[in-house]
Amino acid sequence: MYAQMIKSTGKGVKSLDEMEPEERAFQERINAGGKIEPKDWMPDGYRKTLIRQIGQHAHSEIVGQLPEGNWITRAPTLERKAILLAKVQDEAGHGLYLYCAAETLGVSRDQLTRDLLSGKMKYSSIFNYPTLTWADMGAVGWLVDGAAIMNQVPLQRTSYGPYARAMVRICKEESFHQRQGFDIMMKMANGTEAQRKMAQDALNRFWYPSLMMFGPSDKDSVHSAQSMAWKIKMNTNDELRQKFVDQTAPQAAYLGLTIPDEHLEWNEERGHYDFSEPDWDEFFDVLQGNGPCSVDRMEARNKAWDEGRWVREGLLAHAEKKRARKMAAE
Amino acid sequence: MTDPLFEFLCRMGDNTLVLGHRVSEWCGVAPVLEEDIALANTALDLIGQTTLWLNLAGEVEGKSRDADALAFRRDVWEFRNVLLVEQPNGDFGQTMMRQFLFDLWHKGMLTALQDSSHDQIAAIAEKSLKEVTYHLERTTDTVIGLGDGTDESHARMQKALDRLYPFVGEMFVADDVDGAMVAHGIAPDPAHLRPEFDATLDEVLSNATLVKPDSEFAHKGGKSGQRHSEHLGHMLSQMQWLQRAYPDATW
Repeated sequence: MYAQMIKSTGKGVKSLDEMEPEERAFQERINAGGKIEPKDWMPDGYRKTLIRQIGQHAHSEIVGQLPEGNWITRAPTLERKAILLAKVQDEAGHGLYLYCAAETLGVSRDQLTRDLLSGKMKYSSIFNYPTLTWADMGAVGWLVDGAAIMNQVPLQRTSYGPYARAMVRICKEESFHQRQGFDIMMKMANGTEAQRKMAQDALNRFWYPSLMMFGPSDKDSVHSAQSMAWKIKMNTNDELRQKFVDQTAPQAAYLGLTIPDEHLEWNEERGHYDFSEPDWDEFFDVLQGNGPCSVDRMEARNKAWDEGRWVREGLLAHAEKKRARKMAAE
Repeated sequence: MTDPLFEFLCRMGDNTLVLGHRVSEWCGVAPVLEEDIALANTALDLIGQTTLWLNLAGEVEGKSRDADALAFRRDVWEFRNVLLVEQPNGDFGQTMMRQFLFDLWHKGMLTALQDSSHDQIAAIAEKSLKEVTYHLERTTDTVIGLGDGTDESHARMQKALDRLYPFVGEMFVADDVDGAMVAHGIAPDPAHLRPEFDATLDEVLSNATLVKPDSEFAHKGGKSGQRHSEHLGHMLSQMQWLQRAYPDATW
C-alpha cells in the first residue's frame, strides 16, 4: 500500500456497548470477518477514511509511473524495456481499479484527480525521490514494491469488499514487479565494477525512503486504532517496517550489497533485526512538498492533465454527437 | 549490395522499434488513464514485434548480432525505418495520427506477409497482425472521435494530418530491396498496398471530417537509410546511451 498518515475520525474507538444498533451490527460483522459492500450501511467516518486511503493509494500508482517512466526510453535492452513498460502499465491499471473502488464510496475519479492536482490529496512520499541510474529500476522494484507488498498482502483481507478484491489483483502483479526488480539488482550486483557501484548507490539512496513508506510509528495513534478496528488497516506501521527489514536484510547480503545502517544487526533475543529509524524530519519535509522531485512530479501531472483537456473534451463532444445522430435516426 | 532479405527485415524491425520507442515516450503523461494503458500496450506490442524481426535479421545476416545488438549498436545511417515513425510525438493528436497512418499501412503489409514464402516471416506476420488489427481499430476510432469532436480537436487533427501526410508516400515506394522480395515471393510490392490504404483512409477522414492535403509530395530517405530526419539521432542517443556508455556490461 502506498498510504501514509491517513486520518480517521480522530476520536477513540468506541466499544460495542457505546454504539447505536446500526453501527454495532456493522462492527460485529467486521469483527466476524465479514465484508462491507457499497450499498451496505457504514459510518460516515469509515466511508471518509476509506476514500482518503484508497484515493491516496490510487494517486500513488499514477504518480508512481513517473520515476520509472523516466527510464523506459533509456532501458538497456529490448527485454528490459518491455518489462518496464509492462510494469508501468500495470501501475496505471492499479490506479484504475482503485479509482473504481473509491467511486463505489461516492466520489468520482475526476474529483479525486482534482484533489491530487491541487495538492489537497497526497501520494506516497517515495515517489518524490529521483531515479538516477538504471540500478534505481532494480531498487524501486526490490525495495519500493517490496515495501508495498508488505502492506498490500494483509489488505486482501480488508473489510471493504471492493478494496479487498482490487488488492487481490494488485498483489499478484506486485510480486512480479518485485521479482523483476531483484533480478535487475542481481545483474547489477554481479556485473562490472561500475554496475556494482550503481547498485550500492541505489540501495544507499532508497533504503531510508523505503522505510519511510510505512509511515512513522503509530502505536499510540487514535487514527490507526480506529482504522485497525475497522480492518482497513491490518498491522501497525512498526510491525510492517520490522517485517520488511527482516525480509530485506538477508537479500541485501545475498546480493553482496551493504545496507547503509551501521546499527543493522540480528537480535537473537527478539528474533528480529535491530535497525536505525529513518530521518522523520525529512519525511515530514517531503510530505510538505519539499521532496527532491515533489515539484517536478506535480508539474508533470498537471501538465499532462491540462494538455489533455482538448482530447477529453473532443472525445466527449464526439460521443454526444453520435448519440444525437442515433436518436435523430430512430 | 547488402543482402536484401536482411535489409527488408531491418526495415520491418526498425519501423516497430522506432515507433514503439516514440509511443513509450508518453508513459505516465497521457490525457486520461485509459490512454496511458493503451499507449503502453501499443508500445509493448511494437517492442515485442521488434524483437522477432531483428532477431531474424541477425540470424539471416549470420554475424552473431541479435536484436539488441541491432537496436542498440547501430547508428542513424544504418537504420531502415520510414521517416513517418521517427517524427516527434507532438501533441496527442499528432501521435494518434502518426499511429493511425502507420497502422493502416502496417495492417496491409502484415496481411500480405502472412502468405510469404518465408515461413518465419509468415509466422511473425500472423502473430503481429492480431495486435495491429486492434491498434488500427483504436486509432481509427480516435482519429474519427477527435476529428469530429470540438472545433479545437478538429483543428488539431487537421494540423496533424497536414504535418504528417508528406511522410505517407515513402511507405509505398518500391526499390531494389522490394524488387528482390517480390521476386522470391517473400513480400509484396508496397505499391500494390496503396489502393486499399487510400480507400480506407478516405473513408476514415470523411467520418472524421478531415481533409486530405492536395499535394502527394512524399519525403523519402528513411527506408533506404540515405537521409533520415534530424530527430532520429536524438532518439538513438537516448535509447542507446547505456549500451554505448558501458559496452562491457550485460543488463
